[in-house]
Order: sequence, then structure tokens, then C-alpha cells
Amino acid sequence: MVGILEDKDRIFTNLYGLHDWGLEGAKQRGCWNGVRDMIDAGPAWIIDNMKQSGLRGRGGAGFGTGLKWSFMPKEVKEGRPHYLVVNADESEPGTCKDREIMRHDPHLLIEGCLIASFAMQAHACYIYMRGEYVREREVLEAAIKQAYDAKLIGKNNVHGWDFDVFVHHGGGAYICGEETALLESLEGKKGQPRLKPPFPAGAGLYGCPTTVNNVESIAVAGPILRRGAAWFAGFGRPNNTGTKLFCVSGHVNLPCNVEEAMSIPFKQLMEDHCGGIRGGWGNLKAVIPGGSSVRMIPAEQCEDVLMDFDALRDLGSGLGTAAVIVMDKSTDLVRAIARLSYFYKHESCGQCTPCREGTGWMWRVMERMATGEAEMHEIDTLLDVTTQVEGHTICALGDAAAWPIQGLFKHFRHEVEDRITNYRIGKPHVQGATLIAAE
Amino acid sequence: MPKAKVNGDEVEFEPGMTVLQVAERAGHEIPRFCYHERLSIAGNCRMCLVEVKPGPPKPQASCALPAAENQEIFTNTPMVKKAREGVIEFLLINHPLDCPICDQGGECDLQDQAMGYGRDDSRYEENKRAVEEKHMGPLIKTVMTRCIQCTRCVRFITEVAGSSEIGLISRGEDVEITTYLGSAVTSELSANVIDLCPVGALTSRPYAFEARPWELKKTESIDVMDALGSSIRIDSRGPAVLRVLPRTNDDVNEEWISDKTRYACDGLQRQRLDKPMIREAGKLRAVTWGEAFDLVASKISAAGPEKVGVIAGDLQDAESMKAALDLFGGMGVTSLDCRQDGMTLGGGPRESWLFNSTINGIEQADAILLIGVNPRLDAPVLNARIRKQWIAGKISVGVIGEQADLTYSYDYLGAGTATLNGLAKSKSAFAEAFKNAQRPMIIVGQGALSRGDGLKAAAAAAKSFNVVREGWNGWNVLHTAASRVGGLDMGFTPKAGGKSAADLVAKGGAEVLLLMGADEMDLSATGAFVVYMGTHGDAGAHRADVILPGAAYTEKNAIYVNTEGRVQLAERAVFPKGEAREDWAILRALSERLGHKLPYDTLDALRAKLFEDHPTFGQIDYAPGSTPVSFDLSGLGGGDASDAPFTGSARPFHLTNPIARASVTMAECSALVSGAHKHAAE
Repeated sequence: MVGILEDKDRIFTNLYGLHDWGLEGAKQRGCWNGVRDMIDAGPAWIIDNMKQSGLRGRGGAGFGTGLKWSFMPKEVKEGRPHYLVVNADESEPGTCKDREIMRHDPHLLIEGCLIASFAMQAHACYIYMRGEYVREREVLEAAIKQAYDAKLIGKNNVHGWDFDVFVHHGGGAYICGEETALLESLEGKKGQPRLKPPFPAGAGLYGCPTTVNNVESIAVAGPILRRGAAWFAGFGRPNNTGTKLFCVSGHVNLPCNVEEAMSIPFKQLMEDHCGGIRGGWGNLKAVIPGGSSVRMIPAEQCEDVLMDFDALRDLGSGLGTAAVIVMDKSTDLVRAIARLSYFYKHESCGQCTPCREGTGWMWRVMERMATGEAEMHEIDTLLDVTTQVEGHTICALGDAAAWPIQGLFKHFRHEVEDRITNYRIGKPHVQGATLIAAE
Repeated sequence: MPKAKVNGDEVEFEPGMTVLQVAERAGHEIPRFCYHERLSIAGNCRMCLVEVKPGPPKPQASCALPAAENQEIFTNTPMVKKAREGVIEFLLINHPLDCPICDQGGECDLQDQAMGYGRDDSRYEENKRAVEEKHMGPLIKTVMTRCIQCTRCVRFITEVAGSSEIGLISRGEDVEITTYLGSAVTSELSANVIDLCPVGALTSRPYAFEARPWELKKTESIDVMDALGSSIRIDSRGPAVLRVLPRTNDDVNEEWISDKTRYACDGLQRQRLDKPMIREAGKLRAVTWGEAFDLVASKISAAGPEKVGVIAGDLQDAESMKAALDLFGGMGVTSLDCRQDGMTLGGGPRESWLFNSTINGIEQADAILLIGVNPRLDAPVLNARIRKQWIAGKISVGVIGEQADLTYSYDYLGAGTATLNGLAKSKSAFAEAFKNAQRPMIIVGQGALSRGDGLKAAAAAAKSFNVVREGWNGWNVLHTAASRVGGLDMGFTPKAGGKSAADLVAKGGAEVLLLMGADEMDLSATGAFVVYMGTHGDAGAHRADVILPGAAYTEKNAIYVNTEGRVQLAERAVFPKGEAREDWAILRALSERLGHKLPYDTLDALRAKLFEDHPTFGQIDYAPGSTPVSFDLSGLGGGDASDAPFTGSARPFHLTNPIARASVTMAECSALVSGAHKHAAE
């Protein structure tokens, strides 16, 4: 096999659904093995190992998972149970890794839920699933039933930690992937992000200490603890360790989901797993490396960039969910970003002012930029508006709406300028002038 | 106390304060739209962004950020300036520039803050958004395109008013404030959202296009629509009261008022009595004051003091009642009464007719027993206070009497005296909670007070549950009439041998009956010569033989005592209509004709006499509250116990007094509530 990661080191060995997703199949692949020992080793041991593994949250922000778990209160107070909430509201454009886990390796997730819940002294876990994921939910619920029947979870289970898993189906709103909006939605309210502080670890679901983790972050917990933190930390660069699911889409010959070591060079990822860029490496124009919410990087920077949090951050972009959107030279980048702007305008919850008003404004200007029907000075106005949205909102959706536009203008401003100029060629300087002359 | 620095100024603050509050304390104003002291924090307008150190390298919403020791707060940095400009620009891009035709103009937060913190130009070249109007009933006018989605109205209606009738629907730039399925808002506190709305989205419908705020004379006064004596501001132009707004008074109404307080003011322009009149051959004829006084004096003199009765109405000020008491008491009249509803309280210790725990005290109570009272209708603002405490999760409420929606959940115990008498021995959850409460409150209302047996049972319950204890007085009477406590305080009740109000209006009860704004009684039986002194052509004037036009509460300087016993001063906003005079002056003039000249020529002299005779009136803005008292409740009430349930408020909420009954707005509200409004198609 090509790539860096060898088959023996893969965590998601049924990523492509070639084998049985059920309990028997999962057990054959090692799932549920040694969980009792981990529980016996205690929460401190689990959290310590998670920290040592260097696992950074796979939902996009890249916050240390072990560290996040350690923020939960050590003691469970009377009347304030702890909760684990798994964010399976995977809606970031380009991202499709969690659904593969849930429909092909659901037991890894359930096992991770148990381990993480135990580490945080939670007896209940809620999996908030994206509304559109119907088949995934069916598989996951069937897998949960298998786990209950096998007494792997539930009351008086073989692991000695009473534990329940509930799957909640969302309504299909992107904003409900934001952790506090997710909690609101889970409580039955309108999915609007909460103000922070207080953070969920202090007051989360129903006001109780809660940790919200991405599906992938939870699903890898079992294998990490089984094989040792050092094993996981052995992949990638320091501070960017482990294996990661990359979702490659766009203008590559073989779009795919693939588990690879962190810090794999972008070029190697393309060549080894995706059959190369459509039309050859020279045909690459730009890449959005981490789901639609990060700034794009142009082809020349893709030459030697490593696919990890720090390398991409240094380029002003980000790893995000590792949803790599590849765009070749046939791509109309302005139109592409205008479409993303529409997405954010459509998905803004409308709670806070900059995002509610700014996303619509940015989208409308972007639409005109895409046709060239804009003024040259509007480019700077638009960039100024993006800075008025970025960092001024309750949640990160404002940032996510601003960054793609900023990325476009950072690297491809000349394209927009050309388009505006070209649109004007052959047209009268004053709108309506020809009309009057003809009459 | 911890310290923080605001723009370099060191300031101490109490733990738990937000950055916004700390900055205010240091004297640095922070603009805001969604934040309101009395509502939950939403943090959604983003206008209050400030820079804090230590903190992330981006501005923080100061309204929601807890202040921390040694925090450095900056409200004047380039980052903050840019953030504010950005938010104002975003708010304005979809806000119509219709200030010239907007009723909020001149008192608009968006206008002010756009001037103070906004950019000087607009960069928005797209089309503006328009939002459909919403129907919110006869009080609230909507122009939803102006809405900036601060959600203050939603939070007020949900949290304070307790009826989730307004909400935010849709998402993104399509969010809209609307009522549930477009129905009218029915809360008695609904119009407070007009004050809360920082822009012109929710404005006052009756006041639409009436005036600009800078044209209005603003008079700080006291409300008389219920017995709370809410602090109000009367806005008038020339002779007309155009609107009534709440004033902040944490002890009484916080900053809310009921819809009746706010909108009954159009009744001050209608059905007014503005000339003295005499009924001749069944028809009223306008006369001079002299003619009217001569006739009244001759009738009173002819009848003799024992055949004269005086009844004071619900809106009567303390001064005029004092003048009547001095005049007629001095002549030997014994039949004086200020209790049109027939309650038997009065004459005992003052605490027996007061709301002793005080309105503020509700926030210390841990159990409340409501007896024959619907506080939502009798005193909506006080009900909001109970709800506030209920939301805080600190009280259990029990109800005996009418089973109504009070906006909070309660244990319904029963309907009448039988339940009340059995409560002490009851094992119900509420009875246990009430027994164990540290600060139990009994609130007795009209339903129980108007019956001797109800009052007696309530008093017995108060005794058996020991609600009056060291440091806490849990005996509370919730009156509905603004004049009542003042009247009882000065002893405006039948003297020995005198008749009560109910007896006076009965057939043969009196030969001459002086009604001082008393319109709530059935006068069909009385054969007396009726002298009506008041403001409106209501029940009393219809039956009157002589009409002496008086001044409404906005037209006189007057003292009112609220249900807590708090003495408050109302101020004159406009002059009495036509030839009408202030009530005490009418009585002063009449006293000369009767040969019992009252010993005061000015209001000040009258007040001096009042304070001298009844010292409690001298304690302005003071409520006696829970001073340790022991008083005898056993003498209260009487009569045989009846099985009849305690009735609720007999009159519709919007029509409880002559001013409200003359108000078109109140009539519309009343019709809406009773479901009698006609559809256009009919």
C-alpha cells in the first residue's frame, strides 16, 4: 500500500464497509477488547493517556481532547450529573468522515463513548446526529442495540460502569454542529449558540457539566488506549500527532475518504490515494484544505505543505475537519466562494447582528463579483465587512463565513479585478446610456 | 472587593458583576441594544463589545462577560471603535431610514447610538430587507422592518409577563419577531415591550403619530388604576394627557406598568364632567357653582346629619377624603364609608389592612397563600413580582378561590372558607411547605375581604400558621382601590351608629347621599338626593341630582397610599377640565355654605392638618414593612361561614374604574379579552 500509514496501523479498518459492521465483525477487528481493563485503570489513567497521545479534536478546532476531558469537574455533585455529548452533526461542506464511521464502524464509536463517559464520570451519552443521516442512524441504533444485548453497555454491564447511549436526530441545521447550539437543540430549544463563558464543562446540557466531542475524536479513543499513547503519538509531527481521516473531494481522479498519518505532505496524499490532480499536478489551482470554513491556499503553496494543524495555520488556513476540496484550473473560484457565502448566509442562525446582517451582505456582493457586476472599490469594502464579522460574533460561524472570502482575495484578488474590468469592456460607463440613445 | 481597571481608572466591584456593569460603575458608558438590567442576558446585539486584558485578541461582549480581579477593560481603543461602527453599520443596512415618520424618533436608541458610535456614511448598495407587519393587538403597533432582533420583547413576555406569546422565528437574515400564529398579545403587561423596544418596531398604537417626545411636558406622578401606586410619568401637551409611561421604582413597580395604567389615559378626555349641573325634571342643567352649592347646602341642612351619607370612591385622593371627613364628621355625620365593595376591614390596627410584607418582600418569601385573589388581574405588576420569585425557584404558591392562569404554577387547594379552615390540619404538600416556610405570606384579596366569613377564616389561618412573627409580617391585604388604604388610615368608615356604603345605597338608607367619585355601586334602589362629585359621566353621575365636577388624578397634586401603606405624592400634569375644581377645594367652598368652614385655605394647610391628625401620612415614600409587630387578627371579619366559593374580580380587568370605562382603548382590549370583537366581514 502506498502512503505513510501501514495497514496494520489503521484504526478504521472497516472504513469502506467491506466487512461486517456488526458486533461480531467489530470484535474480530479488535473493538471492545480490553475495555474492562481500561475502566479498571481508572479515569485518571485514561485522561493521562489521551493527553500523552496528543490527540487534537477532530471536529475542526483542534483542541486537545485529553485536556478537554480534564476540564470536567472531578467530583459529580448531587443533582448535577455529567454528560458526554457526541457531535455527529457533520454538516461542514466537503466533510464526510463521521458518517463512514457511524455506518461502517459504529462499535468503535460506542466503545469510545463508554470510555470517554467513564473518564468524565458520565453515565449518559447523547449522540446528536445530523438530520440527513438516516441510514447512518439506523446502523448506529442497531449497533447500540447489539451492545445493549451483549451487556457491553447499559445497566450492570460487563464493564462495571452503568452507561446509556441515546441517539438524537437533529433537524439538519448546520449551526447545530456548533457545540452550544447543539446543546440547545438537544434540550428541545431553537438551535442558537450560547454565550461563553460559561463553557459546557461548567454548565452544558441542562446546565450540567458536559463535554462535546466529535465522532472521530471519540471513536479513536479505544484503539489509542489499546495500543498505547506512544503508538498514536508516533505518527505525524509533535503537536500534530496520530492518524486522521481525510475526505478528499473535487478535481482529483479518485475522490476518497482515507485514513492517513497526520502531517502527510499534501502532494503525497494526492498522488498516493487520490490518483493525482485531474489533468496533472500542473493543473492544480487552489485547495481548501479543511472544509469550507478555512481560507484556501493556492497551488504554489501546495507544493510542499504538510497536512496538519500547525503547517496549515502558518499559511493562514487550517486543517479544520481535513475535508480537502481540490480545485483545478477549470474552477471559477469566485463563483465557488460565492456559493459558499450563500451557504453561510442560509445557515446563519440570525441571533447576533454581525453574522445575521453580514452574511447576507457578503453573499450579495460576492454574487455580483462572480459576474463582474461590481465596482472595483467594493473589493476593499467587502474585505472590511469580513473583518467586521470576523471575531465579533457569538460563535465561530461568523469567522467561517468571513475566512473563505478573505482567502479568495488574499491569493486571487487579480481574478476578481480582471472580471470586473472585463465586464465593463464594451459597456457604456453610465448605466442606461445606450437605452436612452436608442430611444 | 475585587478591583478592575476601566480605561486606566481603577474601580472596585462586587463579585459576579459583568464587565458592562463594572464599566458603568467606573463612569464609562457602554452602548447596548439587547442588554436590559431586568431581563436575561442575550448578548446578541454585539454593541457592547469591549477589549479586555487578559483575554483573547478580539473584542468581548461586555454584557455577558463576568468581570475578574485585576482585569483591564478598554472601551475607547481602535478595536472597540471599529467593532461598534461595524455593528451600527450592520444594524442600519436593513433598517429603513424612515425616522421622520417613526414614532420612536427622538427617543430611539438606534438613532442616538448611530449618532454617537456609527460611521458617517453608508456603504451598503444592495436592496434592503422588508418584513411583514405583525398583528399584536390594539396596544402594540408594529413596523417590523425596523426591528433589530434584540429579542428584548421576547424575553420580557416570556420571563416577566409569563405568557410565551412573542417569539423569534426563522433564521439568519430572515428572522422575524412575531406573535404565536399572529394572535394579539393578551398579557396585562404587554405594552411594556413598547418601552423595551430600542427602535420603532414596537410602538404605541393609541399614541401613533400623536406627538414628538420633545413637545411633551413630563410630570412624575403616581398611578391610581390599582392599589399598587406604580410610579408613572405623565406626558402631556396643553390640556391633554397623551401618554403614561412607567418610572423606575424598585420598591413598587420596578419599571413595569400594566396596560390599564398606560392606556386608560384616553379616558381622561371623554365623558368628562366639566360644569356643575342640577337635575331638573329628569334632565341635567348646567348651573353656576353658587347655584349648585346652595342647593346641596339646603338639602344637607334640611336632612340633618343622621340622614346624610358620604361614600368615597376608589380613585379618591387622601386630601379630599380628609376634607370630607373633617367637614361632615364635624357636622355630626356618622355614615361615612370608603369601602364600596363592602369589605369589613377598618378600625382595627393599621397592619390589618396593609400589604405588610411589602412588594419587595415578595422576593424574600418562600411560600405564598393566595386567598380569594387573582393578582394577575388585581395587580399585574405585583403578579410579575411573584412570578419573578417563582422563576428563581424559591417559592411554592397555593391558591384558595378562583382557579385562574396566574402565569406560574400553583397548588390549587379549594374554593372557599371550608378549605381555608381545614388547611391547618391538611397534610397536602403545600400545607406542609407553608408550615415549614421561614417567610410565609398570606395574600388576601377582594374575593375573601368582601365577605365577613372569608376575612375571619383568613385571619384564623394567619394565626394558626403564625405568619406574623418576629422580623416578618406575612399578613397581606391586596386592595384593588387606590384610595382604600388612605381612607382606612384616616378612619373614613362609619362612626358609631353610622351606616356602611351598602346600607346607604339601600332603599331608605339616606336622604342625602354624597358620592365622591363612587361609581361602583348599584344606585337603583336609593331614594336619596344624590350629590355626585367626580370626574366622569359614569354610574354616579347618571343617578345624580347635583353634579360637582372634580379633578382626575392627573389634574391635581394629591396623596395616595398604596396597598403597602406607602404614602406617595402625585403631581398635577394638566388642569381640571372646564369649570371643574380640585375635590378638596370644592368641599372647602361647600363648607362655608354649610356654616362649618374648614380651617384650611390651601392644600399645604390641609396636608399639615392631615399629617397632624394622622401622622402616618407624613411619612412620604415609606412603607412600614415587616417591622416586628404583634397585632390581634382575631377581631377581623365575622358572620356565619358560608360554603360559597370566593369569587374572582367581578369587573373585567380593563373596566374597573370610571376613567378606564371612558377609554376607547380599554374598551377595545376588553372586547378582545371577552372575545366579543366583531370581524370586519360581519
